[in-house]
Amino acid sequence: MDAFLLQILNGLDKGSAYALIALGLTLIFGTLGVVNFAHGALFMIGAFCAVTLNAILGLSHQVTDPERTDFLGNPLQVDVPYVYDIFGESAGAWILDWSVPLAILLAIPVMLVIGIVMERGLIRHFYKRPHADQILVTFGLAIVLQEIIKAFYGANPIPTPAPDALRGSVDFGAWLGLQAGSVIYPVWRLVYFFFAGIIIAGVFAFLQFTTFGMVVRAGMADRETVGLLGIDIDRRFTLMFGLAAIVAGLAGVMYTPILSPNYHMGMDFLVLSFVVVVVGGMGSLPGAVAAGFLLGILQSFASMNAVKSLLPGIDQIIIYLVAIVILLTRPRGLLGRKGVMEE
Amino acid sequence: MLGLHGRDLTLFLVVTALVVFAPVILNPFPIGSSLAQFNAGYPDLMQRFVIYGIFAIGFNILFGLTGYLSFGHAAFLGLGSYAAVWMFKLLSMNVIPALILSTVVAGLFALVIGFISLRRSGIYFSILTLAFAQMMYALAYSVLTPITNGETGLQLALDDPRILDGGERPTSLPVTDLFGLEMRETTVLHMGSWEFTIGAGYYFAGILMLIAFYLSIRIFRSPFGMMLRAVKSNQNRMNYTGLNTRPYTLAAFVISGMYAGLAGGLLAAMDPLAGAERMQWTASGEVVLMTILGGAGTLLGPVLGAGLIKYFENIFSKINDGVLHAWFGAVPDGMEDVLVTVFHPFVGKGWHLTLGLMFMAVVIFLPGGLVEGGTRIGRLFRRRGRNAGGAEAEAAAKHPAE
Amino acid sequence: MSRHFTRRGVLRTGAVAAGGLALPTYLRAQESGYTNAPQGDTVVLGFNVPQTGAYADEGADELRAFELAVEHLNGEGDGGMLNTFSNKNLDGTGILGKRVEYVTGDTQTKSDIARASAQSMIQRDGAIMISGGSSSGPAVAVQALCQEAGVIFMAGLTHSNDTTGKDKKANGFRHFFNAYMSGAALGPVLTQAYGEGRRAYHLTADYTWGWTQQASIEAAMGSIGNWEMVENVLTPVGAGDFSSYIAPVLNSGADILVLNHYGGDMVNSLTQAVQFGLRDRQVNGHDFQIVVPLYSELMAAGAGEAIKGVYGSMNWNWQLQDAGSQAFTRSFGEKFGFPPSNAAHTCYVQTLLYADAVARAGTFNPCGVVEALEGRDTPGSLEGIDSESNTGFLFDGLGNGQTLYRAADHQCFKDVLVMKGAEAPTSAYDTLEIVEVTPTAQVWYEPDNPMFEGGDLGECNPGA
Repeated sequence: MDAFLLQILNGLDKGSAYALIALGLTLIFGTLGVVNFAHGALFMIGAFCAVTLNAILGLSHQVTDPERTDFLGNPLQVDVPYVYDIFGESAGAWILDWSVPLAILLAIPVMLVIGIVMERGLIRHFYKRPHADQILVTFGLAIVLQEIIKAFYGANPIPTPAPDALRGSVDFGAWLGLQAGSVIYPVWRLVYFFFAGIIIAGVFAFLQFTTFGMVVRAGMADRETVGLLGIDIDRRFTLMFGLAAIVAGLAGVMYTPILSPNYHMGMDFLVLSFVVVVVGGMGSLPGAVAAGFLLGILQSFASMNAVKSLLPGIDQIIIYLVAIVILLTRPRGLLGRKGVMEE
Repeated sequence: MLGLHGRDLTLFLVVTALVVFAPVILNPFPIGSSLAQFNAGYPDLMQRFVIYGIFAIGFNILFGLTGYLSFGHAAFLGLGSYAAVWMFKLLSMNVIPALILSTVVAGLFALVIGFISLRRSGIYFSILTLAFAQMMYALAYSVLTPITNGETGLQLALDDPRILDGGERPTSLPVTDLFGLEMRETTVLHMGSWEFTIGAGYYFAGILMLIAFYLSIRIFRSPFGMMLRAVKSNQNRMNYTGLNTRPYTLAAFVISGMYAGLAGGLLAAMDPLAGAERMQWTASGEVVLMTILGGAGTLLGPVLGAGLIKYFENIFSKINDGVLHAWFGAVPDGMEDVLVTVFHPFVGKGWHLTLGLMFMAVVIFLPGGLVEGGTRIGRLFRRRGRNAGGAEAEAAAKHPAE
Repeated sequence: MSRHFTRRGVLRTGAVAAGGLALPTYLRAQESGYTNAPQGDTVVLGFNVPQTGAYADEGADELRAFELAVEHLNGEGDGGMLNTFSNKNLDGTGILGKRVEYVTGDTQTKSDIARASAQSMIQRDGAIMISGGSSSGPAVAVQALCQEAGVIFMAGLTHSNDTTGKDKKANGFRHFFNAYMSGAALGPVLTQAYGEGRRAYHLTADYTWGWTQQASIEAAMGSIGNWEMVENVLTPVGAGDFSSYIAPVLNSGADILVLNHYGGDMVNSLTQAVQFGLRDRQVNGHDFQIVVPLYSELMAAGAGEAIKGVYGSMNWNWQLQDAGSQAFTRSFGEKFGFPPSNAAHTCYVQTLLYADAVARAGTFNPCGVVEALEGRDTPGSLEGIDSESNTGFLFDGLGNGQTLYRAADHQCFKDVLVMKGAEAPTSAYDTLEIVEVTPTAQVWYEPDNPMFEGGDLGECNPGA
């Protein structure tokens, strides 16, 4: 029972990350019909927004501490962050501590600008080109973005801890009437789950209840007609791309305490996110979200010892196995629309 | 000649010439000069050029003709390698049985995977092939280690049985051969300060690539090829005419899988080691990139794309700061440091950056890939009134990549 | 090999006849009798390290060490460990009077690519020795290549038992320690710190290195501390999120978690295990503990806070106080501005050891070098170890105290460091502190130990 509960929690948590990435990818697929291999890189850049903010807040000047010595035997230089000087030591320490959530404020404008520049400067010219060309150009872009980050931050993962207050874990066991300590779960992972829920709900509400969203949905269904109605669909699609970039970026920012960011984390998620989107069905936002959670939960269950001892290695292939089964039984994934990316 | 006509024949002869003279063409800089860094005319890399050329030619038969984008083709490459190494271990160091088995094994797997995956089209097909390949990679890396030797890769051992080779235990590892001609056999030609390495393995692989290239031309020009192109332009219409297209696409899938298997077998024949990374999605992605970079659907494009990517991987990654300083040693010191700083991010550990920029540049400025660039240059020459044949100019304008 | 030469002769004549243009050809190999004999007044070494991918930073540090070693061999800089090395054959005039040059390559931490890169160094650049690397798969693959090609391989960071066990080769040498030694060193320290009879849960990276380390730790803890293994769960490499493997630990009855992970996997699994509150738990009346058998400085940096108080082992650390370690740390630190990692140390030392072996052998011929590194002329043996196999090349002054390059399997035997995450680090570089320097005798094993069984050095191959 407790093992089950834990894996459901793990699955929901994994699923939130998958769903968020797949959501952004589907926005681009569904609205623009572009195969964006740079989407993983956007996720990675989001994570590095948190790293960057942390680094900026950590900017410091050195004060010599004559009491201690460094590895070469010289007097030790102690770093004092500038935020301590500006806000005082306790407020400065609080800001540093909360740098990951604060990075959301940095990531939103940064990702929006990156998304818009990407769409206007590059992607726009590839709407009419074959998917193969889109793959090549976005893959090239992903490599370039990755290498730029590597040049600044190196290849090693960079620890970006959650705020102290959210670092511990919650004991569900006692709440649920199970043995105390049998179901405990890290607070930050719960935060991530709720955060993902808010973002997903926000995107759906935005598309469902705003005029902007209505036009975009109409554009997804029939771009030409919307254009004939005299609506400037292109501008809205640009914003849509920016929105997708924000969703990917925020998914990255909030994931940093769980997964210390490194420059190739985007590539690691890329293949998986495509699988999620396609299993969900091309062009379907609910499909992407559903597939994200489904695959997350199945993967968690496949990692259980009982399952693994029965089928060794199942946890490494479960996602692909499920993808094959679903695609063979449901030709367009869970909720796909006919004719999207089928030729 | 050989059933080829006009431009096809010219193209084939040009490629043949390039393959034959590659050891010279690829070593344009004298030994010891600072530009010798760009020489690619050593056996291992030349072999890679032609072997990945075979892989890309095969991939192009599927993708270029039918438009089906397989994202799991590296699985067949890896299978070919594993089959070949097992053949070396169990049967004989002769490469012929190994290559036959690797082609057949890859073909059989392609038949099964293709049969299932081709029930879907578009991106659904891509993800199905990707899923199969990733499963094979994950299992080969971990659970199947008794068969694949996991992370380290399958290797020869002194006490392998090698039934046909007499079975006595050698003191050093045996080498692959073709009826006695060792694949690693080389001879070096010295001409002044130039050195050219003539390798048996390279020419063996080169001949196989020429055969593969020839077959691909024949397929492109055959009624079967026409049928595949028709599938690409409109499969629905084909189906409405009452024609079942599936056998044709499946045949293309199997043929291209066998090409990949042959390439994998050849990789093992040149260097008897088979690693699981050969099946990873990045490897599948690489052949997609090679094909698009060179020009999908063109005959020569995939080979050029394969050459260019392998060139970057092997040559640019080896340019370090020391080499940069040697290049710019002649310019004044301050200037030298500036130049080194400017070039530093793009070479050595930054070679990926150059590769990424090149992908973008090619696809932005040369839609249609490198072959498109060649055609444009060819057109330019024609406009000036020079009477160069299209295909010839196209090939001559290329970087000598194979 | 005479057959080989004859055919070369035939090919050569054929080429001359056919080429017509070709000037009289000759083969370097035939003059010297071995692959890539140095021409002129320089000798080329090949440094093959990961420059892209997850281990790129570790590779960069290895390259720094190689650069430094070459400088010192050529008589530039302060000489580093040349001043403390017990052998005094290296005088800053290169190797055998030839100036040392080097080429670099990118392994991408993939066996295939590493081999291609090494191959190009051998075939194109004329490298006579290959060194470097950050993982056991590529190390084993490149070692096999060097054996076939007839050059020397001086392994970089490779910790799997197999490198000098079932995959050992005559032309290959490993200075770095291995999984067995980690277990033997950690055994007593962990038993003392955490007590006997603990129940351990292993998470193990699902590939050869992970398996050998898991088996080594399990065996060592079982025999020394009477620990019991509750479960061993294999995790996919690069899993990223380990939560679904960590959660079952909670109710497994285990009171120790052993993470047989390296690099990014270790950073993630350790961070996440700490987030699950494992270290705050009480199980079976003990405080729950986490152990990371193999540490590196970069992993420690990546894991940040999570590493505090966690035990592991290392080959070497810059905080060692012996003269050799200090000399190396000083010259590295002054050149690059931060202390060297243990990957850098092993690469630096391997380069020096190779140069010294060539100097002692008086030739670059790999078979001469192998003899020198096996100590055949002046066999030495470690004090206090009574074993027939205790013979090889004995040296000192390169950190780690007295060290034996064992002739039987080309593995170095020396002290092993048990480390612990520091509670109050003063900088980014002392996040780990040395708990104990385990003496060589304690990590000694016989070449026929079951964990190293099945291999065969074979004969040295000078190529042709």
